[in-house]
Amino acid sequence: MSDVMVRAEQVCKDFGHVQVLKGIDLEVLNGEVMCVIGPSGSGKSTFLRCINHLEKVNAGRLYVDGRLIGYREHGGKLHELKEREVAAQRKDIGMVFQRFNLFPHMTALENVMEAPQRVKGEPASVVRTRAEELMERVGLAAKMRSYPAQLSGGQQQRVAIARALAMQPKLMLFDEPTSALDPELVGEVLDVMRDLAREGMTMIVVTHEMGFAREVGDSLVFMDDGIVVEKGSPREVLTNPQHERTKLFLSKVL
Amino acid sequence: MTDTERVRPETIRAVPVRHPGRWVAAAVIVVLAAMLVSNIVTNANYNWAEQWKYFFSPPVLNGVRNTIWLTIAAMLGGVSLGIVLALMRLSPNPLMRGASWLYLWVFRGTPLYTQLLIWGNIGALFPQFGIGIPFGPEFVTWPTNALYSAALMAALGLILNEAAYMAEIIRAGILSVDPGQQEAAQALGMTRMHTMRRIVLPQAMRVIVPPTGNEAISMLKNTSLVAAIPYLELTFTAQTIYASTYQVIPMLIMACIWYLILSSIMMIGQFYIERYYAKGSHPGGGRVRFIGGTA
Ligand SMILES: Nc1ncnc2c1ncn2[C@@H]1O[C@H](COP(=O)(O)OP(=O)(O)O)[C@@H](O)[C@H]1O
Ligand SMILES: [Mg+2]
Repeated sequence: MSDVMVRAEQVCKDFGHVQVLKGIDLEVLNGEVMCVIGPSGSGKSTFLRCINHLEKVNAGRLYVDGRLIGYREHGGKLHELKEREVAAQRKDIGMVFQRFNLFPHMTALENVMEAPQRVKGEPASVVRTRAEELMERVGLAAKMRSYPAQLSGGQQQRVAIARALAMQPKLMLFDEPTSALDPELVGEVLDVMRDLAREGMTMIVVTHEMGFAREVGDSLVFMDDGIVVEKGSPREVLTNPQHERTKLFLSKVL
Repeated sequence: MTDTERVRPETIRAVPVRHPGRWVAAAVIVVLAAMLVSNIVTNANYNWAEQWKYFFSPPVLNGVRNTIWLTIAAMLGGVSLGIVLALMRLSPNPLMRGASWLYLWVFRGTPLYTQLLIWGNIGALFPQFGIGIPFGPEFVTWPTNALYSAALMAALGLILNEAAYMAEIIRAGILSVDPGQQEAAQALGMTRMHTMRRIVLPQAMRVIVPPTGNEAISMLKNTSLVAAIPYLELTFTAQTIYASTYQVIPMLIMACIWYLILSSIMMIGQFYIERYYAKGSHPGGGRVRFIGGTA
């Protein structure tokens, strides 16, 4: 296992003629919690989606745990990976969405069990035990048989985190996990994420929760208009931003 | 002022609006119904005795059986092929999309009756049927008429037509599922097929089931068109009987009564199936399934 979990080299992404990512260079170390902030439309979600190849990178390279994402480099040329190979890469990368995206026709426990059982093909008994442990860990032992529609937003998001963890990923991506929640429910989700960080999970967290970024984040990235404007320790960036754009953004959100 | 002190105002007891129009309409309907009943009882041309004589006769029962199996086969085949066509229609591959579009254009743009006539005369279009290399040599060939069977052509004709309609229903169902569901599934490492089978299609069912029930009931009635092949289902059986007895109206009404019995059974089934899939649209219910997007 290398020390660097994620390495982005000049990552560019266009949608048609619109350049959304304009050369992102970043490194996330093993066990690091990197928080990403930036105005709406700056490309934060797109960057996360490139990391697990939900979007194809147009230029540059993305490596997760030393492996090139989405392509194979061979004889100086890039070859697209087959669907199964891309899926295999995604097994190691958990993702949590702003709108939870739980499977509404399955119970909470079935949501957590689906991928390990049917994607990895692990035995049902093993998966069930792990799923029940995870539900307990996110504080929802009593809600395993509930369907998503019967859960509050905060509970749904905690199930979504358990679902991602059930695949035993090396890396977790969070795309504004608390932005769709009522204010009083934000805390319970951040608590689960804080525990996860403490246990050493490598995490990239797009968030507007500056308190969380300051307390839990090892590093903080400010993105604007498809580039990384500033990266540093959360305290430095939040209290002593070096760039005008960072200052402007922080003055609006703090 | 606290709640207990608050005085409830007097309960409203208003004079309800009168609806004289409803009484007139009811009177008209009662008169019409009385006329109909009187006609059914007194008009000898219905010849109920003749209908009763044939109702459970072997040829009619055979026709009913053929109608039932054709309906089931056409719906099963139509749904299966419809899923394939819907997935092709949603495929990223433009050739797949184009092929599916062309299929729908042909089969939805021509009358079913005419299509069935063509299937009935398919031997005139393809006199031989063989297996071999496209545009190359054929290894085995048969004369089409040796393989031809009216039952096969009837089922084939109905399936191919129904698939075009089911494809649109299934496509609409798939598109009704929140795209976030596919993203979440892919992010967990599921393949496209797995995502479709386990995540998208079960949720699409809520949208797919009601129109499919209507299609099945239409199909029951459309089987009568395979007389074009010709194949001995219920209506064609009735025709063959009155061809020798000249009791045209009694036989056709007998066929209608059979269709009504069968379609009533299907409507009851449809009611229960729809109720099953509607369950869980609300967070309150016990066993919640098939709700829309998460929020
Ligand atoms: N699939 C897409 N097609 C076209 N444009 C897109 C697509 N996804 C995102 N964009 C555009 O890319 C830009 C960055 O979006 P996003 O990464 O979601 O920003 P953020 O998450 O920082 O708010 C936005 O202008 C958005 O409209
Ligand atoms: Mg976003």
